[in-house]
Amino acid sequence: MTPLDEPGVAAGPHTGRSRRRGVGAGGRRGVPLPLLLPGVLALAFLLLPLLALLIRAPWRSLPDQLTSAEVWQALQLSLVSATAATAVSLVLGVPLAWLLARTEFPGRGFVRALVTLPLVLPPVVGGVALLLALGRNGVIGQWLDAWFGITLPFTTTGVVIAEAFVAMPFLVISVEGTLRAADPRYEEAATTLGASRFTAFRRVTLPLIAPGIAAGAVLAWARALGEFGATITFAGNFPGRTQTMPLAVYLALQNDPEAAISLSLVLLAVSITVLAGLRDRWMTPS
Amino acid sequence: MTRSVCRTRRMWPLAGASAAALIALSACSASSDSPASSKSSDTVTVFAAASLKESFTTLGKKFEQDHPGTKVSFNFGGSDSLAASITGGAPADVFAAASPRTMALVTDKQEAAGTPATFVRNQLEIATVPGNPHKVSSLKDLTESGLKVVLCDRTVPCGAAAQKALDASRLRLTPVSYEQDVKGALTKVELKEADAAVVYKTDVKAAGDKVEGVEFPESAGAINDYPIALLKNAPHAEAAKAFIALVRSAEGQQVLSEAGFLKP
Repeated sequence: MTPLDEPGVAAGPHTGRSRRRGVGAGGRRGVPLPLLLPGVLALAFLLLPLLALLIRAPWRSLPDQLTSAEVWQALQLSLVSATAATAVSLVLGVPLAWLLARTEFPGRGFVRALVTLPLVLPPVVGGVALLLALGRNGVIGQWLDAWFGITLPFTTTGVVIAEAFVAMPFLVISVEGTLRAADPRYEEAATTLGASRFTAFRRVTLPLIAPGIAAGAVLAWARALGEFGATITFAGNFPGRTQTMPLAVYLALQNDPEAAISLSLVLLAVSITVLAGLRDRWMTPS
Repeated sequence: MTRSVCRTRRMWPLAGASAAALIALSACSASSDSPASSKSSDTVTVFAAASLKESFTTLGKKFEQDHPGTKVSFNFGGSDSLAASITGGAPADVFAAASPRTMALVTDKQEAAGTPATFVRNQLEIATVPGNPHKVSSLKDLTESGLKVVLCDRTVPCGAAAQKALDASRLRLTPVSYEQDVKGALTKVELKEADAAVVYKTDVKAAGDKVEGVEFPESAGAINDYPIALLKNAPHAEAAKAFIALVRSAEGQQVLSEAGFLKP
């Protein structure tokens, strides 16, 4: 770990803006083989399956498959629900990240670990847990049903909830990390100048950590877009209502692998476009 | 000191990510270990449809008693994905599928030794929440509005069979969800999220008193045959043949019909 840190430390005296150049100069010093070999292997390992998808794609029948109404329905639903899940994550997740980074309370470390649990939990388990909590017969869901007549499973709202459940930790982790790196003294200065703590958060902290929030939001959006297990378990699968692209891919794989490959390509293209489009603007270290 | 604390804090997301990666890796190695362990000369590996889980587990124990020193290891799952694993090179001795179509995925690739034999048949049944509060008594009752019904997706055997039964009786049914397999459909009823599901008789039986079964006459026209086959590259062909013989024997058929399967 220490040798890896060195370029960063070397770049330390420079301002943040010159950091890229610093790393570039470090690269010219020569790459040790024990790092290069596994690094290139890792790259190949991550990219090869995607390459296979392109190689095996049924290019000839692709236009027909992609113009079907079901594909557009699924894609539309995927985009809308992933965006909604990201919005939910932002509204709830940023305050949570602030609480974790800026306040002291007993058991904070434990709470922080719990927050990231959906990251490592098998998504299907997450879906079952959501059913037990928010389902028609669930711990909270039965009251929602009895009092307001709201049932969440098998609805588009259910899809958004399932996606937010697995995607929000990405945002919280990213924002919390940025908050910890940001100097709290700016906030303190603002409060001593008469701003309320919330004003300080809104006017000082938020602009300061905006890139971190954006990066977290992109990660959360991408995770939500690819969500499968929790969605199919909690929200079910119905075309136009709860069938997102990953569900459509899985079910197409059962008897029409070519269709599954085509659908996967669409999902891949959308993800890459958004990630690439946002990366330059938001995700470069400030 | 402060600096190192600061760095550990900044490393936190990284640590989280690498922990996740580690867990993912260990999960991978665990699953790739299991075929390796089946290499020991006395283990028969059986890939079987999820609906056979209860009865085949019983038969496996019986087989191990009858053949001391021989172990039976099962891989239960959706017939489609099992077939995909087999054609993908998974080391298996026996394949028992929930439909001739899924067995054909394996036989078409010349992966089976000999012709698959139908060893049981399975009939559909309606599963409702215990007590059947909506008084479902026929397939037609499921089409009533306000009733939350789940079906298997048409791409999986139970969904194809349900669609066949609905088409035959000219019924149109809009479910709240098309589930990816029969257990998924049943779970939604067990958790009382759905009011009813069309599943196999054997699943209703295996669920015990968590669901209530309602038979419907149209199911007779949509019965699924279950074929079993010895695989061509079976590492333990002799023991595998013995296991298939047990499944097809009177003793095996007894266990299977107790689980709700029909005789072929």
